[in-house]
Amino acid sequence: MRFYEYEAKALFARHGLPMGASRVVESAAAAREAFDAIGGPCVLKGQVLSGGRMKAGAVKFADTADEAAAHFDAIMPVEVKGQKSRSVLVESKSEIVQEYFAAVTWDGRAKRPVLVFSDMGGIDIEEVAETHPDHVSKTHFSSILPLSPRVAKEAIGATGVTGSDLNRLTPIIFELMQLFLRYDLTLAEINPIGKLADGRFIVLDGHIDLEAEARGIHKELLDELGIGDDETRQARPPTEFEIAGARVNAVDHRGVAGNVVEFDGNLGLVIGAGGGSLTLFDAVRKHGGKPANYCEIGGNPSVSKARELTKLILGKPGVERIAVMMNVVSNTRVDIVARGVVSGCIESGKDPAEAIAIFRIPGAWEDEGFKILEKYGVEYCDRSVSMYEAAGRAVAKMGAGS
Amino acid sequence: MPGLFIDVKVDPEVAKDATLAAKLAEVCPVSIFKASERGLEIVESELDECVLCDLCLEVAPGKVEIVKLYEQK
Repeated sequence: MRFYEYEAKALFARHGLPMGASRVVESAAAAREAFDAIGGPCVLKGQVLSGGRMKAGAVKFADTADEAAAHFDAIMPVEVKGQKSRSVLVESKSEIVQEYFAAVTWDGRAKRPVLVFSDMGGIDIEEVAETHPDHVSKTHFSSILPLSPRVAKEAIGATGVTGSDLNRLTPIIFELMQLFLRYDLTLAEINPIGKLADGRFIVLDGHIDLEAEARGIHKELLDELGIGDDETRQARPPTEFEIAGARVNAVDHRGVAGNVVEFDGNLGLVIGAGGGSLTLFDAVRKHGGKPANYCEIGGNPSVSKARELTKLILGKPGVERIAVMMNVVSNTRVDIVARGVVSGCIESGKDPAEAIAIFRIPGAWEDEGFKILEKYGVEYCDRSVSMYEAAGRAVAKMGAGS
Repeated sequence: MPGLFIDVKVDPEVAKDATLAAKLAEVCPVSIFKASERGLEIVESELDECVLCDLCLEVAPGKVEIVKLYEQK
């Protein structure tokens, strides 16, 4: 889940990262007051969860309080990639002599965090990596072993930064790495870090993505930042279908049957288990299928939870059938999911044998589950059929041009 | 609404036994049994949640039967 810039900066401020004076405002009058309190030229930045604010006109500079108030009114209606600002951050404008980039994220292939640093900040880092590879360093580090500032120093030094700049940047980057680990982040980015004329460095813009599954662990932090439990913080607002999916998951503490994402296809997916959702979704697409949704089930959801999810998906306009597929399950029980999806079909007024294109959940209690599927004439398979093959069978049942 | 997959049959004697009824309500992890002043009640809406743990069978041997409706022809 993504933080707004002002929230990211609030987190940075807690840990002593240097920043200019700022205030979050929700009215033109407050923007005027903020300008006066900061006492000088300011930058006003619309608070949205996507990039591209400057290009869209949601970042403006003010030299007077009147200008600040006018800019507030101009920024709020601006849409940045479909999103309007929830508020405006008024921040002191700094004279910058050079900009730097620093980000910590997960490298899925290396299975370790990676620090990316560049002495060419403020612009697209991918572009810098392509055109000036010697100005970008990538440094992996352990998420288990004690972290040393030396790692940050070497990463910065690898781009040619030396002397007092190196010494001043190191604690900032080291703190960013620590924040990443401490708060279970998937992204901790400062872009740009600005160097002032007097040699000091300040954070000009920041991005934080928190692992959604870690929301519970960091509830105290989220509460302090004013981030409510109902804020999904996805790249776009949730659809009614997705909200209904979240409701299905929230109503019962047993297991997971949620994380529903809406697509416009005709094959409903009841999928999950140990990365199975992503694999199966991709497999359906690879076979030419058109998923109506993405979702995640696992952790042994109750029968009622699986039933309500099935009803939700089958009730989605355009859905012709569902494919019930999971990786090999251990704690999730095949018979419990089978009961849920079969009863979901029946309560939706559909014949399970027709509505379920394929049931491929091997694992715990599969013999019991298969008895249920046999009783209702549902096509099923065990682990001898790969997830990829099962997805292919489901797509084939949808007919050509599915 | 009765279960689609599971039914539970209880000896009428159990319904009169407040202690046993309370014990059944205590051990069932999915709350199929409810002990009340009237004795033991079966919560029909929860029947299909039965996880076949057999704890009820251990508490009341020979007096409770779990029926898997999907095994019946």
